[in-house]
Amino acid sequence: MSGSNVPHPPVLEVENLSIGYHDGVAHRRVVHDVSFRIDPGEVVALVGESGSGKTTTAQSIIGLLHANGRIDGGSIRLNGTDIARWSDRQLDAVRGAKISLVPQDPASSLNPVKTIGAQVGEILRIHGVASGRDLEAQVISLLGRVGLSEPALRARQYPHELSGGMRQRVLIAIAVALKPQLIIADEPTSALDVTVQKRILDLIDELRTEFGTSVLLVTHDLGVAADRADRLVVLQDGRVQEAGATKVVLAAPRSAYTRQLLADAPSFSAVARKAPATAREKPQASGDDVIIVDGLVQDFVRTDGNGKSFRAVDDLSFRVRRGTTHAIVGESGSGKTTTIRAIVGFQKPTAGRIEIDGTDLSTLRGETLRQFRRKIQLVYQNPYGSLDPRQTVFDIVAEPLLNFAKLARPAREEKVRAILRRVGLPETALDRRPHALSGGQRQRVAIARALVLDPDVVVLDEAVSALDVTVQARILDLLDELQRDLGLTYLFVSHDLAVVRQISDTVSVLKDGRLVDGGTVEDVFERPGSDYTRELINAIPGQKRAALV
Amino acid sequence: MTTFDTIQDDAIASRHGQRAGGRFSLPHFVRRLPVGLALSWLVLAIAFLWAVAPWLFTSYNPLEGVGGEQLRRPDASHLLGTDALGRDLYARIVYGAVHSLTGAFVAVALGLVVGTTIGVIAGSVRRRVDDAIMRLVDVLLSIPPLMLSLSIIILLGFGTVNAAVAVGVTSVARFARLSRSEVVRVRRSDYVEAAFGSGGTFAAVLWRHVLPNSLTSVLAIAALQFGSAVLQISTLGFLGYGAPPPTPEWGLLIAEGRNYISTAWWLTTAPGVIVVLVVLAANRVSQSFGKVAA
Repeated sequence: MSGSNVPHPPVLEVENLSIGYHDGVAHRRVVHDVSFRIDPGEVVALVGESGSGKTTTAQSIIGLLHANGRIDGGSIRLNGTDIARWSDRQLDAVRGAKISLVPQDPASSLNPVKTIGAQVGEILRIHGVASGRDLEAQVISLLGRVGLSEPALRARQYPHELSGGMRQRVLIAIAVALKPQLIIADEPTSALDVTVQKRILDLIDELRTEFGTSVLLVTHDLGVAADRADRLVVLQDGRVQEAGATKVVLAAPRSAYTRQLLADAPSFSAVARKAPATAREKPQASGDDVIIVDGLVQDFVRTDGNGKSFRAVDDLSFRVRRGTTHAIVGESGSGKTTTIRAIVGFQKPTAGRIEIDGTDLSTLRGETLRQFRRKIQLVYQNPYGSLDPRQTVFDIVAEPLLNFAKLARPAREEKVRAILRRVGLPETALDRRPHALSGGQRQRVAIARALVLDPDVVVLDEAVSALDVTVQARILDLLDELQRDLGLTYLFVSHDLAVVRQISDTVSVLKDGRLVDGGTVEDVFERPGSDYTRELINAIPGQKRAALV
Repeated sequence: MTTFDTIQDDAIASRHGQRAGGRFSLPHFVRRLPVGLALSWLVLAIAFLWAVAPWLFTSYNPLEGVGGEQLRRPDASHLLGTDALGRDLYARIVYGAVHSLTGAFVAVALGLVVGTTIGVIAGSVRRRVDDAIMRLVDVLLSIPPLMLSLSIIILLGFGTVNAAVAVGVTSVARFARLSRSEVVRVRRSDYVEAAFGSGGTFAAVLWRHVLPNSLTSVLAIAALQFGSAVLQISTLGFLGYGAPPPTPEWGLLIAEGRNYISTAWWLTTAPGVIVVLVVLAANRVSQSFGKVAA
C-alpha cells in the first residue's frame, strides 16, 4: 500500500479512543481509552456484554455514531491515516470501499420496497464501479458467491421473500462487493439459528481467506469469538479488560472479568457443570409424570385465502417426571412455541391429548380453565414485553394472588415480599416500574410472578436467551435452586443447546413440528439418534476451546 | 445496544432509580420547556380563566350596549373597539369563552367516552362483532362532519348544548378507530397474555392492563379534538345553528361582524384571531402529549 518499510502495516489502528454520548442533560463517556490494532487478513473479536461499548466503538470506526455521540479523543488510523475526525463526505470514499459493515439485524437492515438486486447493485453504482448490463452480471455473481441458490431469481426478489439466513448473506454480499480491506461484522449472527449461524460464520471465514480481508467481529458470544478470532479484545464498561491472542486469553485469562465471562458462558462450562447436574439425580423421584403430551397435532388455517392449513406440530409425544427439567429444543419454526402454548392452555390442539398433573386440558373451559392456570405458569422470553410498563413490581407480583386467593392485604404483602426475596430482588425494587430495572432484574420479577401461586409446573420460553451470559448464569443458578427447594417441574424451551445441556434432565428435539430425537440429556448429546441433532450439536460455538482444554 | 444487562448495571439501575426523582425537578423542567409549548399552555390557561371568571378581565357588560359608542375603533377605553350596538368587543369575547369552551369540552367528552367505549369493545370482542361495529364506524366516518352535525342540529333543535352534542357525535368515529387499534396492539402484548395466564378474568385484565396502556394516545387525540371542536362549534355558531343572539359566542361574533367588514374590520378579525390562537395552542399541546406517549 504505502511505501512504508514496516513489513505488515496494520489495516486499522485504534489508539486511546474515547467516545461519549450527550443524553440531553450531561455528556456521558461510554468508551474510555480503547486501543487495538488489526493486521491484514486478521480476525479480531471485540467481546463484551450489553452496554460495554463494543458497538459504539465499531460504529465510530466507520463514522456511523448516533447524532448525539461524539469522539472525545484518540485516533482511528486506517492504513496510517487518522479518520477519526473526518466529515461524512470524506468518509463516503472509505465506506464500502475500504471499510464495510455487516449489520446486526438482517430483518431490518434491508429496504423492504427495493429488490435484492437493486440493493446489492447500489454500492457498485455509488462507487462508480459498474453500470447497466455489467452491474447486473456483477450483482448476480456476488449473490452466487455468498452461497445463495438461484442468484438470478434472488436478485428480483424482495427481502420479505428471503429467510433470515439468506438476508444475512445478502448483507454480506453488499459488504464484500468492493473487496474492502476491513469488514466490521456487528453481531452478524445473533438473530439467527445455530446451524445458520455456523454457515454464515463459515462464509465470512471463507471470503476472508479468498480476499485477504481483515474482520472486526463484534460479539457478545465468547464461543463465537473463540472459534473465529485470531485475537480477542475484551471490553467491560467501555474499557479494555484484556487483549491478546485468542488461545492465550482463553487458556490463561489475566483479568477477573474475563475469567468470570469464561465461567458463565454455557458453551464452555457445559462440561464442568454437568457433574453436579447428574449428581443431583432427583432424589424426590416419586415416579409420576406431571406432564403427559400424547400425539399432539396443531394445525393453523392460513389466512392468505386458499383455505389450506399449515401443520405446526405433528404427532408430538413426551412425558415429564415431577421435579425434573425437560427441554424442548429446535430452531425457529420448529413448533416449540406452538407446543408450549397448547400445554399452558392458550390454544386448543387440533388433535392429541395433554394432561397436566392428572387434568386433561381438553375438558377445561371458562372457569375450570382459569382455575387450572394455578398449576402451570409461563415465563416469557422477553422481560421487556412481559411486564406491564405501568405497574409497579409489587403490583405485578401481587396480581396473580388477586385473581385467586382472597388473601387479606397484609398477608398478600407478606407473600409478595417473601417471593421477591426468594428470587433475589432487593426490598427497594418493590415500588419501581419495570423500566427502572435491568434485564436480569426484570426476568427475576417475571419468575416471581410465576412462582407466587405455588405452581407445579413452570414453562420457561427462551427465558434466558435475551440476557447477557453473566446474568444468564445467575438466573440459571436461581432456577436450579428454586427447583431443588420447591420441587418444581420445568419445561424449558430453548434454541441454545449449551444451556439445555447444563440444566435439563430430558430433551425433545423438534424439527418442522416433528420429534426427531428424545430422551435423557446424556443419551441425546452423547449418542444423537438423528443427523439433525448431530448438526445442531456440531453448530454449538466454542468447541475449539472445548477441544483445547 | 440499548439494553443494560450486566451485573454492574444492576447496581447502576438501582442507583439510577434513586436519582430519577431529582432529574425532573421543576426549574430544570421549566428551562427545558419549549417556548412554543409554554405559550400554548398560556393561551389555553387564559381562555380557561375567561370561561370561569370573566368579570376579572373586563368591567364592561357584554350584553348591553352603550348609546353613542357604536362601532368605535380599538383604543384605550375599548381595547378591541365596539360593535354596532355599542357593546365592548373585548368584553364579548371574554364572556363568550364560556360558551365556546364548554361546548368544545362537552363535545370532546362525548366523543371520548362514547368513542372509546365502542373502540374498546370492538378491540376486545370476537371478530364478527368487531367487524360489525367497525363497519358502522366506517359509515360514520364517510359522512362529512359538517353535514352530520347540521343534520343532528336540525333533529335536536338549535342551542349551545345541542351544537356541542352534534360536534361530539362527529368525533365518536375517530375515537373509536384509534382506541380500537390501541386496544388491539396492547392485547397482543406478552403482559396481557401473562395476565390471562396468571388467572385474570376478562374484565380484570381489560381494566388493569388494556385500558391504562391504550389511553395515552387517545388522550393526545382528545387534546387535538378539543381544538377542532372549538372550530366546529364556531362554525355552527357562524351559520346560526349554535347559541342564539345576543349570546356572545365566538362564531356568532364573527358572523355578526360580517356586515361591517369594510368599515369595522376588528369585529370579525379579533374573534377570528382568538379562535385561531386557541385551536393552534390545543394542537401544539396535543402534539407534546403524543411525543410523551411515543
